[in-house]
Amino acid sequence: MPAMNMIQALNSAMDVMLARDPDVLIFGEDVGYFGGVFRVTEGLQAKHGLTRCFDAPIAEGGIVAAAIGMGAYGLRPVIEIQFADYIYPAYDQLVSEAARLRYRSAGDFSAPITLRSPYGGGIFGGQTHSQSPEAIFTHVAGLKTVIPSNPYDAKGLLISAIEDDDPVIFFEPKRLYNGPFDGWHEKPVEPWAKSPLSDVPEGHYNVPLGKAAIARKGEDLTVLAYGTMVHVAIAAAEHAEVDAEVIDLRTLVPLDIETIAESVNRTGRCVVVHEATRTSGFGAELVALVQEHCFYRLEAPIERVTGWDTPYPHAFEWEYFPGPKRVGAAMRRVMGRT
Amino acid sequence: MERNAEMRNEPALSLRVPTPRARPGDPVDFSHIKPPPAGAAPRPDIREEPGAMRDLAFTLVRVLNEEHEAVGPWDPRLGADLLRRGLEIMTLTRAYDDRMMRMQRQGKTSFYMKCTGEEAVAVAAALALDPGDMCFPTYRQQAFLIARGYPLVQMMNQIYSNAADPCKGRQLPVMYTSKKDGFFTISGNLGTQFPQAVGWAMASAYKGDRRIAVGYIGEGSTAEGDFHAALTFASVYRAPVILNVVNNQWAISSFQGFAAGDSAAFAARGIGYGVAALRVDGNDFLAVYAATRWAAERARANLGPTLIEMFTYRAAAHSTSDDPSRYRPAEEPQHWPLGDPIERLKNHLIARGEWSEAKQKTLEKDCVEQVRAAAKESEAIGTLGQSRPSAKTMFEDVYKEQDWRLRRQRQELGV
Repeated sequence: MPAMNMIQALNSAMDVMLARDPDVLIFGEDVGYFGGVFRVTEGLQAKHGLTRCFDAPIAEGGIVAAAIGMGAYGLRPVIEIQFADYIYPAYDQLVSEAARLRYRSAGDFSAPITLRSPYGGGIFGGQTHSQSPEAIFTHVAGLKTVIPSNPYDAKGLLISAIEDDDPVIFFEPKRLYNGPFDGWHEKPVEPWAKSPLSDVPEGHYNVPLGKAAIARKGEDLTVLAYGTMVHVAIAAAEHAEVDAEVIDLRTLVPLDIETIAESVNRTGRCVVVHEATRTSGFGAELVALVQEHCFYRLEAPIERVTGWDTPYPHAFEWEYFPGPKRVGAAMRRVMGRT
Repeated sequence: MERNAEMRNEPALSLRVPTPRARPGDPVDFSHIKPPPAGAAPRPDIREEPGAMRDLAFTLVRVLNEEHEAVGPWDPRLGADLLRRGLEIMTLTRAYDDRMMRMQRQGKTSFYMKCTGEEAVAVAAALALDPGDMCFPTYRQQAFLIARGYPLVQMMNQIYSNAADPCKGRQLPVMYTSKKDGFFTISGNLGTQFPQAVGWAMASAYKGDRRIAVGYIGEGSTAEGDFHAALTFASVYRAPVILNVVNNQWAISSFQGFAAGDSAAFAARGIGYGVAALRVDGNDFLAVYAATRWAAERARANLGPTLIEMFTYRAAAHSTSDDPSRYRPAEEPQHWPLGDPIERLKNHLIARGEWSEAKQKTLEKDCVEQVRAAAKESEAIGTLGQSRPSAKTMFEDVYKEQDWRLRRQRQELGV
């Protein structure tokens, strides 16, 4: 199997789906001839044709609305919003329209669209290229939200998202595009090729939506993480010398509550991590679910380690980013060690 | 008649996706751009009804002719001192851009954006407006801020996110702010600030003020809903605002056809809203000045908004993260049929006997020196990562007053 970084794996997923299904098409800002600002759609227009992968006007609301219309016709559009930070003009189309078509028409219409968008920090992108807005989508009934943490999952999840009959928000941790990043930002960047998770089959395969993965087995406590924070949590466990079980949620909605509950009921302790701001973040939902499902087995309060309740500040990238030191400290507090 | 198109033997539909005339490896093709001669466009009275001047949305207001003379009714008849000042600011902006681009390449900051080829669009407008008029810029109007006399060293402090950064290290480089200089804080999101310019102008009208607003948007971002909200509000409330569409032909890799620029001129978007519209040669300093002045006079006379398409060319990359040779012929910038704004104003001044090549060389050297001196001062404070405001400031200004969450988070970070 070829070693692929996350960009190549995502590209391969779309390549496979364009070849398999004539109803799949791709559009978004700069995704056509240029292949996207992160090169995720590189070569797809040349290979599959001008009308299968093309540029769109700078109108995020228009991109989503056009995709909904295409979905109503019966196509399976895969659209790119260039940065998650630019998604807000599309919010009305996503929340009021894509999310509710099936419900309000009693199944007469649906929006089988996949919205890909790079998200998250760690690249000195300032407040307009670093945000993690997943919680404003997980809050919306009718949308699914998927966030991969490695090339293998990225391809299998993206294929599942494209094949899914409901609208899927597919956030790609841009700091992971070229290599795993564990939050130790002064270390040299490692390429994906060194990781077994870069062994990506060339053809079609699925990683199912709604199924979490155990990224690190452990006995002391359970960390719930997704995206870049999966790697940070693993690094934090080593740093804090805690035998943490790290669960990579992979899909936030629908959420794999069985895997979470089984793990937390076994370890009795839980740390929830995300890059997004803390207040009303997805971590709040996870903490609520864990106490609903595991309260009688909990031996310590659940901790949240998140971005601060501020915009993402350019010069304070690493104070904002919840790195392994902060996550490790939370692990130790939950273990009763200080 | 058969109701089914297939049974009527009508041809099948096909999806149109626009493509630019030239990609890398192709010969440059600007044959579709046929600039009318300088001086040809009529200049209506500012009291003219927008409906009676529709043709001005499809032509190009041009003042400088091939012989470098200022001709026609739009000639603003400016004195040589003002023109030399415009030339100086444009030359300084270019020197500043070149240096900051190099600093990014040397790792002294994370990001930079040049405005090469588009200097006149900002400088001539800034000089045509009053100092109190409010600018809502995009990220490519740094020359407007320089024209207002804002110190280069402050701009560099922002680029470096250092301890003296007026944005306190919070913003991506080039996202300047200066209320004092009538320069709105740049967000980096596209199109969002265009209707805000209209709102500022409405406030000025509401208060019986005399100041007007000027907004900028790129041609690519006219696709955003905010562009249309700006025109609707400007039209409904006859807001004293100048709405500039900087058509520099390229939105990263997307040519202006992806904003429907090959179907109709961007200035023509104003017609549907009943807004006065001009299409202007954006590389002609005198034309930009004259059009801005005309629109400003209309606005100040309570006659409402003007939409101006500044027809220009993005000669540099979109940003330091971009490589235009991947999507357009590398030599395209040198072939832009409307030339370079600095060259054209320089040649005009020389033709008037008010300037010389030798003086231009000296000016260029002076500008490089000015930039170098400012850089020395700013870099003494520090470049990105070497110096920055105190980390506790990252929790300030989220709200006017910090609530318990932010206080607790600041303590948790230990700053």
